[in-house]
Amino acid sequence: MTLPWLTILLLLPILGSVVVALLPARLGGPLPKLVGLGFSVLTLVLAIGIAVAYQPGTGLQFAEEVTWIDLFGAHYALGLDGIGLTLVLLTVILTPIVMLASWEDGETGRWGAKGLFAWMLALEGLSIGVFAATDVFLFYVFFEATLIPVYFMVAGYGGPRRVQAAVKFLLYSLAGGLVMLASVIGLYVVSADSEGGPTYLVSELAQLDIGTAAGRWMFVGFFIAFAIKAPMFPVHTWLPDTTEQATPGTSVLLVSVLDKIGTFGMIRFCLEIFPEASRWATPVVIVLAVFSILYGALMAIGSQNISRLIAYTSVSHFGFIVLGIFVMNSQGLAGANLYMFNHGLSTAALFLVTGYLISRRGSARIEDFGGVEKVAPVLAGLMLVAGLSSLALPGLSPFVSELLVMVGAFVYSPWVAAFAVLGIVLAAIYVLWLYQRTMTGPVHEGVAGMRDLGLREIGALAPLVALIVALGFYPQPLLDVINPAVDHTMSQVEKSDPRPTVTEGEAQE
Amino acid sequence: MISTAIDVLAAEGGHSIPLVEPTSAGSLALPLVLVIALPAVGAAILLLGGRRTDAWGHLLGTAAVVGSFVCSLWLFLGLLGRGEEERQLGLDLWTWFATGRWEVKLGLLYDPLSALFLLLITGVGALIHVYSIGYMEHDVRRRRFFGYLNLFVAAMLVLVLSSDYVGVFLGWEGVGLASYLLIGFWQHKPSAAAASKKAFVINRVGDIGLSLGVGLMLVTFGTTSFDEVSALTSGASAGVMTAIGLLLLLAACGKSAQFPLQSWLLDAMEGPTPVSALIHAATMVTAGVYLIVRSQFVFEYSDTARLAVAVIGTITLLMGAWIGCAKDDIKKTLAGSTMSQIGYMVLASGLGVAGYAFAIFHLLTHGAFKANMFLGAGSVMHGTDDDVDMRHYGALQKAMPVTFLTFAMGYLAIIGFPGFSGFWSKDKIIETALAESPVLGVCALLGAGVTGFYMTRLMLMTFFGPKRWEPGVHPHESPKVMTFPLVALAALSVLGGLLLLNDWIVTFLAPVTGEAEEHHLPVPPILISALVVLVVALGVALAFVLFGRREVPREAPTEVSFLTRAGRNELYGNEVNDTLVVGPGKQLTAGLATFDRAVVDGGAMGTAASIGGLSQALRRAQNGFVRSYALSLLAGAALVLLALVVVNLA
Repeated sequence: MTLPWLTILLLLPILGSVVVALLPARLGGPLPKLVGLGFSVLTLVLAIGIAVAYQPGTGLQFAEEVTWIDLFGAHYALGLDGIGLTLVLLTVILTPIVMLASWEDGETGRWGAKGLFAWMLALEGLSIGVFAATDVFLFYVFFEATLIPVYFMVAGYGGPRRVQAAVKFLLYSLAGGLVMLASVIGLYVVSADSEGGPTYLVSELAQLDIGTAAGRWMFVGFFIAFAIKAPMFPVHTWLPDTTEQATPGTSVLLVSVLDKIGTFGMIRFCLEIFPEASRWATPVVIVLAVFSILYGALMAIGSQNISRLIAYTSVSHFGFIVLGIFVMNSQGLAGANLYMFNHGLSTAALFLVTGYLISRRGSARIEDFGGVEKVAPVLAGLMLVAGLSSLALPGLSPFVSELLVMVGAFVYSPWVAAFAVLGIVLAAIYVLWLYQRTMTGPVHEGVAGMRDLGLREIGALAPLVALIVALGFYPQPLLDVINPAVDHTMSQVEKSDPRPTVTEGEAQE
Repeated sequence: MISTAIDVLAAEGGHSIPLVEPTSAGSLALPLVLVIALPAVGAAILLLGGRRTDAWGHLLGTAAVVGSFVCSLWLFLGLLGRGEEERQLGLDLWTWFATGRWEVKLGLLYDPLSALFLLLITGVGALIHVYSIGYMEHDVRRRRFFGYLNLFVAAMLVLVLSSDYVGVFLGWEGVGLASYLLIGFWQHKPSAAAASKKAFVINRVGDIGLSLGVGLMLVTFGTTSFDEVSALTSGASAGVMTAIGLLLLLAACGKSAQFPLQSWLLDAMEGPTPVSALIHAATMVTAGVYLIVRSQFVFEYSDTARLAVAVIGTITLLMGAWIGCAKDDIKKTLAGSTMSQIGYMVLASGLGVAGYAFAIFHLLTHGAFKANMFLGAGSVMHGTDDDVDMRHYGALQKAMPVTFLTFAMGYLAIIGFPGFSGFWSKDKIIETALAESPVLGVCALLGAGVTGFYMTRLMLMTFFGPKRWEPGVHPHESPKVMTFPLVALAALSVLGGLLLLNDWIVTFLAPVTGEAEEHHLPVPPILISALVVLVVALGVALAFVLFGRREVPREAPTEVSFLTRAGRNELYGNEVNDTLVVGPGKQLTAGLATFDRAVVDGGAMGTAASIGGLSQALRRAQNGFVRSYALSLLAGAALVLLALVVVNLA
């Protein structure tokens, strides 16, 4: 029998979290942080090993399955397909980077740096669990459990109104979780009536004949939870409030990793378990998605606070991801999956570099900046690169995913694409106007003498920038694992790509 | 790869529409890769190397582009050595991305069209790099300037060498980025920072066309590579071809500053003058013309799209000329002129197979003479403490003899003085336009007269008449490193017409643009040439009467005609944008901010006040969150039970 690699992968950071938390207080200094970073790097190495051993193709790999609660049909079941693999990789890449960038952010927090690093590791382990779970019940448990570390990370570290922000985050998430719970229960009821008896395994639920009405109700339950998580208009307002107060590192883990659970869940659960209901809901979801794209972008343009601005750009980007998912064609779905990864990288870069900026100035208000390029050119340059990746400049990784989603939308309907494409103009405005107001012009008195980035800070951003550029020119390794998963999703929702209207034969005539 | 032996006959024209059918690049693969790699690596070293590279950065940057020019020559000679049938070279680098049916390769296509662009980009590019060594000598960020210039050259080469529309997109936005960085190079100036953002945003509006065009091509043909699309366009409906053509035209309008997306170009003059010469005159702004000519296999199947192209070009050529007449800022006058001259090229490319080659011909001659004049303007600014107001010039021909003489060559070329390069290229466009459409032709003829007027005005105000210099300004000739490129470009401005000898450029481009039938003019071409020269002479004479015989006031007169006022205000393009887009947009975002806070957030959370109250309460009760969590779980359990009951009953 082979080792349960995924269990080891998710337990490793959780073990690290416990170790860091239990380190005696007298062993102060950087030791807890070093131990924490060590565990996150070990996790990264193990995950890279898993990725290397992963064979691009259909089906789940590294699958584990143990019956957990027989009565409900719940299993401890893990496994990775291309979608899960890319998101696990995103999680394990970002955690050590965030730790390095947050080296000094934890000191002043409620539970010290030790606490922050312990919570980060716990979140990492639970997130891996979410992306690897192949049982709905297990997924639900991980899904809710991730709220705990995030709650403490927001409530303990960050701005003056962080407790309110944490509560708001928790209430929104719990509300979504509860709605989903109803659907989870519903799945039990439906599967209990079937021949095989109750089951929560996704693979078995996908084969289940769920009645139209029941399927639609349950779809709505899952979708609302995922839409809050993602977040989509009109249930997005918790996000800017949270990122405004949270530390940059927390914001990265929240937006780049945790929010992906929403869009991941839409593919894994909404489309694959409720294909009929997904097709039924498509027009409404697409309208909401396009609205999110434009609304988030306009709100970003109007934001006076850097952290809130980035949060709203994510509302816009998540609109693109949801759009790609629900147009249900190869380009859209592959684009959405790739978008999840790329958005994680670019938003992480943006949050971290503006985090450096904000902590130096002691303010996140845009009007408190000006002319930073003159005093801190490296910081300005990296912020521009992060911003350009956010606006999906060709040559940087988000371009390919955004173009794929746009083209997928065009395949679905030119009108949808015509509205969504306005997002690329708005993105140029929110990124470059932010840059113009903070980095250019005469030096603002409050930033005179601001020191440029140090080696540790550049070191945290360098791997992100390198990945963004490398994947901008060669994203195919990721697409090679994503494409088979997309084919699987499409066969599950019984959709296939339309043929081109002009083919070789016609042109000859 | 789709390959057909027979060219497809267009239904309406009867002429054959060439397909893109590249053969292996063979031994030319090496220079084909190097031509892009040299400036790309140069940019990477200069931008990542930091201060260590300050001392020699400008030399490395210049060497990279000179090397690239050598590769372009190597490629060009290699191409000439091949038979006409084998003058399309393809080189696939790697698969950029593939999903479903759609595969996009990062591939290169080297054919007569890209060959000419390569020579223009690297040739003029190298001269402007040399010039910048002197022009930017006292700028502490000179090394970074050269890094951006190298980045631009690499991106522009990607644009004209890509073998797929998505690859073009890569270069397209790459040059947009370089343009953004260089317009805002002096970003401590708020006006420069604002102008750079404006240029990028308006270009993004154009990019909508490219994005949707790619989408429509994928839906229609299942591919976006030139060779496959060109083999399939004959099978598509006219409506689809018109739609693709108009989307590509939108993209071209953004990049080439054509109406209605023209307003960024005059603001772009905030950039250092070598940038205006290279990017905003000779190369990048002509990318729209490249896109249209490259896509001839699209435009040949839609009369409507071609007409739209020609009309946009004509409108812009008149608008640009009008603006050029009214500006006192030497760079903005030249920018208006650039708009106008690109309008000629767009007009020519809208005339279809009869005009494509002349569009490219004018693009090349304009690249030389306009770069020449922009660099000349830079030289004048160099000698007058960066003054751009022509009302503060005068009598510079003695103080700056080399600048004056070289500028004069550019002047004679642009107005179309017989024998100079612009005479041949503009004449051909007007002649073809008259043959294809009298209305457009007359407009183009009128534009030539106005060109004579505003360029003569510029010459007189700058180099002749009495001194109107600012106190303390002592104009002096620029150093050799700056005048050498001027001399080289002046020579090209004079001799560019040689490309038309024996119809060489038309024949050379025929494998890309197709071969036009003889057009029939009611009068012999020599008469048309004479007519053009006459109209130009009238414009020159009028300018001479108005500005050569009278004193030029140092302050711009305020009591001016509506025509002048409108021209000074760039025909109110900015006001139109502000009224229609910027103003309402600002109101919308402000309104949405309130809506988000009050309605969306408030609605979703119950009321904001109760949240505030709740969190206050939670904060007082230290670990209140645990209780709230427990409470929520309890509520959840209750909901679950309820759900179970409901579902079981149902």
